[in-house]
Amino acid sequence: MSPWVDFLLVLVVLTNLRMLGGNRLISCIQGAGTQGLLVGLLVLAARVGHWDSRTVLLAVAITALKGVAFPWLLTRAVRETRSRREVEPFVGYIPSLIAGIAFLLLGIWLSGRLPLPTHAASALGGPVAFSTALIGLFLVVSRRKALMQVLGYLVLENGIFLFGVLFVRETPWLMELGILLDLLVGVLVMGITIFHINETFDHIDTDRLASAPEGEIRGEPAAEGAHP
Amino acid sequence: MSPGPLLHVLLALMAAPFLLGVINRTKALFAGRRGAPLLQPYFDLARLLGKGAVYSRTTTWVFRAGPVVGLAGAILSLGLLPLGGVRGMFSFEGDFLLLAGALGVGRLFTVLAALDTGSSFEGMGASREVQISALAEPALLLVLAALARHSGSLTLSGMFPALARGQLGPAPLLAAAALAIVLLAECSRIPVDDPNTHLELTMIHEVMVLDHSGPDLAFILYGGALKLWILGALVVGTVLPVATGVAALDLAVGLAGMVSLAVATGVVESSMARLRLDRIPQFIVAGAVLAVLALVLTLAPS
Repeated sequence: MSPWVDFLLVLVVLTNLRMLGGNRLISCIQGAGTQGLLVGLLVLAARVGHWDSRTVLLAVAITALKGVAFPWLLTRAVRETRSRREVEPFVGYIPSLIAGIAFLLLGIWLSGRLPLPTHAASALGGPVAFSTALIGLFLVVSRRKALMQVLGYLVLENGIFLFGVLFVRETPWLMELGILLDLLVGVLVMGITIFHINETFDHIDTDRLASAPEGEIRGEPAAEGAHP
Repeated sequence: MSPGPLLHVLLALMAAPFLLGVINRTKALFAGRRGAPLLQPYFDLARLLGKGAVYSRTTTWVFRAGPVVGLAGAILSLGLLPLGGVRGMFSFEGDFLLLAGALGVGRLFTVLAALDTGSSFEGMGASREVQISALAEPALLLVLAALARHSGSLTLSGMFPALARGQLGPAPLLAAAALAIVLLAECSRIPVDDPNTHLELTMIHEVMVLDHSGPDLAFILYGGALKLWILGALVVGTVLPVATGVAALDLAVGLAGMVSLAVATGVVESSMARLRLDRIPQFIVAGAVLAVLALVLTLAPS
């Protein structure tokens, strides 16, 4: 049982690194989708031998939402907004990758200090869960495109969810579904918001939103000099 | 002493150019051509060895030393190199540092020879080569450190049999992926460099050896083939850690692994476009990150 969990966790780390190093929006969306699939499989792998209808249903729901529905919605958002395909990071790709490794080391240090329950499915669980959450936060603050902030939020949620799957024996079924529903609504709303930001400002660059003058008129981009 | 190590060195010396032939044939098949004979690299080497060398009056002994030192570094590394279960001819604690160092000295002299010609064109190639290897060399050392840590052995010949005994984990696979990236970068294969291009702006390795001719060029080509064999043997040893104890069987498995690696390299070269020059460091750093990940996995408590 443990080797499978380990393999899946390492693949989760690789998808994190892919999103940190990927320079195209589409490849980052695919990275997040793959991560969703892996998280769904981890639900099954962490409870090998104790599969019941709830576990299987939860895994199927997660795979369908995070692995299929979200990538489809976000790919559509990229296509509809006709935004430039590059991620345009504030922090370059190579420093991002190094930061990803630093977060993993931080995760190892952190889970070594925490009194975690000992029945966890894998020793890697704590480090990977922490680092995934931290990398999600990092993606939110270090990327310019609003879409990457949605992805960062999804990665952050994956990290927290991984922690739950690996360390909590039984999560109420209702709560898991509630969180998934929240996520779905969140991504839908953010997708619509991105679309409207694009309609209003002709771009989805968040740093240019911060410096946009009050009452900027429709369709006119912010003046070049106003950029930080 | 069992005959395995000696046989491996002889096999590597004989068969290394054959790998280049396999790669070229794979690329030709993908392109829909029949391709050169599998033994074409040997014909090329024989032709070059039969020619005389031309030396420019501006070059010094450094230029003549370049190919010789490059080949000597590769042969020295070959003596340390295990192939799967077959041990290296020599082995001592920390020999993987000597392997990386010997390859590094060989490259240093190739670069110096390129600079010695005084051609600005070759200087540009030397600069690019050094930029790539400055990133690939730490990646190689990190991979070897991860393998040493994973197998608990500080000798190259001890690492791979230990991998064969241990259970298959994610760390060796990550290390193998990182090694494959190092191989593509160090042997100037396609996502990083194109061995076939002779367009001024795109050459990296080829431009450095433009002024070499005759036997010197043969030494450089042969040294490049040996380098491919050395890094390839590390990849094969990590992916296919077979140690049956019978030297002939281990050698056969190793050779089959090397030929499949050559085919895989040809497939990668045919299916990928060359990276933009400013994206190459990112590619190699990604390899280094995989190596660090492998190292971190071996450090993590289990």
